[in-house]
Amino acid sequence: MVASRDDAFVSFEHVQKSYDGETLVVKDLNLQLAKGEFLTMLGPSGSGKTTCLMMLAGFETATHGEIRLDGKPINQVPPHKRGIGMVFQNYALFPHMTVGENLSFPLEVRGMGKSEREAKIKRALDMVQMGAFANRRPAQMSGGQQQRIALARALVFDPKLVLMDEPLGALDKQLREHMQFEIKHLHESLGITVVYVTHDQGEALTMSDRVAVFNDGRIQQLAPPAELYERPDNSFVAGFIGENNKLPGVVEDLNGERAVVRLENGELIDATAVNVKAKGEKTLVSIRPERVEFKPELIPEGAHTIDAEVLEVIYMGDILRTRMRVAGHDEFVVKCRNTIDQMPLTPGQRIRIGWNPLDARALDMI
Amino acid sequence: MSDVASQLTTADGRPLKAALASAQARAKRRAFFLVLPLLLFILISFAVPIGQMLQRSVYNDQFSKSVPALSQWFAENPKGTAPDEAAFAALASDLVLMKETRAAGDAGTRINYVVSGTRSMFTKAARGADKLEPPFMEAMLELDEDWDNPLVWNAMRSAASPWTFDFYTIAFDLERDADGKLTKVDETQRIYFRLFIKTFLIAGVITAICLVLAFPIAHLLATLPMAKANLLMILVLLPFWTSLLVRTTSWIVLLQGQGVVNDILVALGIIGDDGRLQMIYNQTGTIIAMVHILLPFMVLPLYSVMRVIPVSYTRAARSLGATSWTTFRRIYLPQTIPGIGAGVLLVFILAVGYYITPALVGGADGQLFSNMVQFHMTKANWSMAAALATMLLVGVLVLYWLYDRLIGIDKLKLG
Repeated sequence: MVASRDDAFVSFEHVQKSYDGETLVVKDLNLQLAKGEFLTMLGPSGSGKTTCLMMLAGFETATHGEIRLDGKPINQVPPHKRGIGMVFQNYALFPHMTVGENLSFPLEVRGMGKSEREAKIKRALDMVQMGAFANRRPAQMSGGQQQRIALARALVFDPKLVLMDEPLGALDKQLREHMQFEIKHLHESLGITVVYVTHDQGEALTMSDRVAVFNDGRIQQLAPPAELYERPDNSFVAGFIGENNKLPGVVEDLNGERAVVRLENGELIDATAVNVKAKGEKTLVSIRPERVEFKPELIPEGAHTIDAEVLEVIYMGDILRTRMRVAGHDEFVVKCRNTIDQMPLTPGQRIRIGWNPLDARALDMI
Repeated sequence: MSDVASQLTTADGRPLKAALASAQARAKRRAFFLVLPLLLFILISFAVPIGQMLQRSVYNDQFSKSVPALSQWFAENPKGTAPDEAAFAALASDLVLMKETRAAGDAGTRINYVVSGTRSMFTKAARGADKLEPPFMEAMLELDEDWDNPLVWNAMRSAASPWTFDFYTIAFDLERDADGKLTKVDETQRIYFRLFIKTFLIAGVITAICLVLAFPIAHLLATLPMAKANLLMILVLLPFWTSLLVRTTSWIVLLQGQGVVNDILVALGIIGDDGRLQMIYNQTGTIIAMVHILLPFMVLPLYSVMRVIPVSYTRAARSLGATSWTTFRRIYLPQTIPGIGAGVLLVFILAVGYYITPALVGGADGQLFSNMVQFHMTKANWSMAAALATMLLVGVLVLYWLYDRLIGIDKLKLG
């Protein structure tokens, strides 16, 4: 799926953006998208992800660098000539037009005949199961319905590339999850390329082929969801995607990929060296809560174990979320599956915990 | 549905509607008392005077109160009856009455409104009224041969009743001929209705100029960052905070023959010293000064509408393939309609009734209808002033109605 520089459908090359001439909102962005890929730009607000999307759509100009679409540079191409479909967070359905007129608009400005327009509108509305709503006005519909129409409008003129700027941000949780599935389904059945912007990591993980995690104007990591979750490149990504336990320490021993880290209280733990280079370096070890084990038989042989004191057990139905004190940190979380043979933990209990060294990643200090 | 609703009762058996009404009665009463002062104020300062004005435009007893005998003769003899000796006798006796009450001038003025040049007939006749002897017809004709003019008698018959449409007849540049038929007055004397139309045309021109000038400014205001927008807004509002007279005076300084604008044009060689432009004390002056004064009324509603149009609409349109012009015409402009409507209505209504600016900078041909109302007020011709003012009021109401029909008053957005 990962596109090389030459056959990329969309590519950003050394793109920089500044609004005020003093600070860079986007710093040296390099990104290649293959045709048919679903790429999500994920990041906190102000990380530059929306600016990148706006540059791709043509509403912002890149201060430096080149953006290419289908091999052609588009820096100088006005938005209406780019042929990119776009879905906005607030839907942006034209309030003075009916649903049918909204969908007809992109076809009319392309000079399409009436019968052809009607066929396309019908097809697009059926695609989002809104066939009966052609004569409604946007104000007469719910948020979810409006979002479907916005989606249909962005797709009705058969664009090869569709941009979505936090399209589900205004919907409630249940509807959002349902729409995620529908968008993903549309992407697969139509074979379109999608660039999706969100600050919701769950959305990014469930929908994307690849996720670009943005922070501070840079892509921190660009990887498929599983890799992003399981093998974060740095502390920011580890902290931003999913829940994470972070234990600061110093690299005691480094043997290829394998690192032994001495925690602040002197205990030793095992980890995989990700971006530590030498002994004596400070590091932040990140472990996912669900990968922490406390049954001796589940901890691999030879791995270090450390002391933990159970502080709190929260029953969450499918899992038991257990907060522990580990190496002086009170916020260490362990998630246990709620199964019949689960060992019950009680606050105040002292146990030994450990993990597979592959699951603990020694990252940079923030 | 309503049947079911009327049968619904509360837990203790009261009809639901009655229970709801009594539950809300207290809140409604309190709300009413809060708005009562304003209600009274509007009633006293607006509704009553407007009613008075409407009444005065069709009610004038200047003549009727002084002619009891003549009124009786008019009542006994149908319209079209030539005045006989009895009629002249009644007139003579009324003239005596007028002399005593010193009402001849007033009464004559009333007739003079309809048939010009007749006021002096009444004052002259009243002066010697007690010396008149029968046969009165001959005696009166001796005084002035116009006394058997059917126009005068028609006018007197009409004025013998205080309720009259004479003033509207005049306001529409009409008059009654000897047979009592409505005809247009002589070309040279058609002033009122012509000015009425001209006032609406000038107001339309002013509104159009205001719209063209205000639209880009309002758009700029709506898209600029807040700090800059506020600064610009202050500049827009500056005319609001400056005295009307100061503003008008500054226009005189700028636009007069020896004024700044002419001086610059002459200095630049665009016009010769003898070809200085007349830009004030005429229609041009009225239009320039009124556009300036009314501009904020166009900018503010436009701005308030444009500010809340999200940029994503235009972006969506562009991304869907529309050129910037198509986006403006089909997406942006339709959404500013409520602001355009409000601004146009506001500016037009204000312009139609504007008085002070045309009075100060309008010269002879820059006068508007309101100046005519004011002219009659200074002449104490209240009925005429009221009739003209009523025309203005009705004209504005018709426009308001048209607006409602075409655009819908619910779409109006004033700020």
